[in-house]
Amino acid sequence: MSAEAIVEARGVGKSYDGGVEALKDVSLALPRGKLSTLLGPSGCGKTTLLKIIAGLIPPSRGEVWVKGMKVEGPGPERAFVFQDFALLPWANVLRNVAFGLELRGTPKEQRDEIARRQIAEVGLSSFESSYPHQLSGGMRQRVGLARALAVDADIILMDEPFSSVDEQTRRKFQEELLDLLRHKEKTVIFVTHSIEEAAYLSDQIVLLSPRPGAVSRIIHPNIERSGRNPDEIRRDKNYLDAVDEIWQILKQYVA
Amino acid sequence: MERKNLIGTRRLWQLISIIFFFGLWELAGRWPISLAFPPFSTTVLALLRMTADGSLLKAYLSTLQPLVIGIVLCGIAGIGFGIGMGLSRSIEWFSLPIFIILQAAPMAAIIPLITYIYGIGLASKVLAVVVLAAPVIVMNSYKGIRNTNPSLIQMCRAFLGTRRQEVIKIILPHAGALIFAGLRLGLAMGFIGIVIAELMITPTGIGDLITYHSSVADYPEMFGAIASIIVLAALTIHALERLERKLFPPEVRGS
Repeated sequence: MSAEAIVEARGVGKSYDGGVEALKDVSLALPRGKLSTLLGPSGCGKTTLLKIIAGLIPPSRGEVWVKGMKVEGPGPERAFVFQDFALLPWANVLRNVAFGLELRGTPKEQRDEIARRQIAEVGLSSFESSYPHQLSGGMRQRVGLARALAVDADIILMDEPFSSVDEQTRRKFQEELLDLLRHKEKTVIFVTHSIEEAAYLSDQIVLLSPRPGAVSRIIHPNIERSGRNPDEIRRDKNYLDAVDEIWQILKQYVA
Repeated sequence: MERKNLIGTRRLWQLISIIFFFGLWELAGRWPISLAFPPFSTTVLALLRMTADGSLLKAYLSTLQPLVIGIVLCGIAGIGFGIGMGLSRSIEWFSLPIFIILQAAPMAAIIPLITYIYGIGLASKVLAVVVLAAPVIVMNSYKGIRNTNPSLIQMCRAFLGTRRQEVIKIILPHAGALIFAGLRLGLAMGFIGIVIAELMITPTGIGDLITYHSSVADYPEMFGAIASIIVLAALTIHALERLERKLFPPEVRGS
């Protein structure tokens, strides 16, 4: 991988009170401008690793470096998309999308304008004044994504963002995500337990072994995506090889 | 149409329930089960007489004074204290046991003690209201704060919110519904407190009407006074409940 690393984990470990070891000596480099996936069976600590990178959980051992700076907490160059969306139920879509900017003290007019643009990009323009409970799961996650895009971070951290939406929405969302990111210079770190999702989306897949989570293998699917439709990608030999390779490794962890 | 029918049927049954209850009362009074138990119609007439001669209004003016003062005090100090308990571990550990005991204890039992210390004036009656209303108001505020969705707090931190923003923009709006419900329950307890105070400490206001008319064997007037405070409390609590649903609709309150 020629691209320089934007996120680096060095010997990261995490133990919880009571001695549960969630992560053990994880070292990896995630390239700038690429989509990297953290993939593994449930309980492998992939979400913990993502939250450590986000600065939401402190590591017990080791350190994480983002853009040459050691992570001590959340930072403006990282934005998070939550598995359960984490939208304010009492705020409409516009305020939810603008919320990151609101916290930063961006004046209302300016942040609303940015938020409107992001809402349009995720295809929710007519829902600006709707409330989260009026939206489907897929639409709520678009709001979560728009909120992360609105703060214009270089790195988008996504924690199983599609796990609570149905399969059709999930596929459509994956395609849109690729489309959206193709035009942006974003680095995406994506946590999933779906092999197909990882192979379909990623430039680089980090396979984690179960508890305590450790890097088991790093795979570069090397799928040519530009100018091809999703069905072509899903029939691509490299895509199918990647899915198979991941499954060969993961199945030894299935009890 | 279906829904309209349902509401119609509901109203009909509610009407039947009311007629049944008052009809039973009327019958029991005419039987009579006791000379001291007047029928519904006589009670209503007595109530109208007391309204006309102004004694009911005068009684309520003096009854509502300590009730309102007590609830306002609880509203300010109790909510403030409950929020403090929710936000600070030290305050929580310091005061939680006290409030758990206060909430479970039959607080009416300490009203004689209040009289012993504070005499028979306004202060004692206010205190009686406070002692009954405060625990539920404090506990509800505390629980409202403590039950904030942890995912929203994490979201706020991930988007660089300060602790202050976290409290103002996430925790307090989230707790609003429970705090308001606490006030409503507190008022219900306050009604109990004030009636006990007026019966046990010194007969004033509505308590005076009840004791006086019972001592001179004007049982319809006595029952009229009792019924009036029950109706007033029930209507006030119900109105607050409706206001609560309007201010904090279940789908946007987030808890």
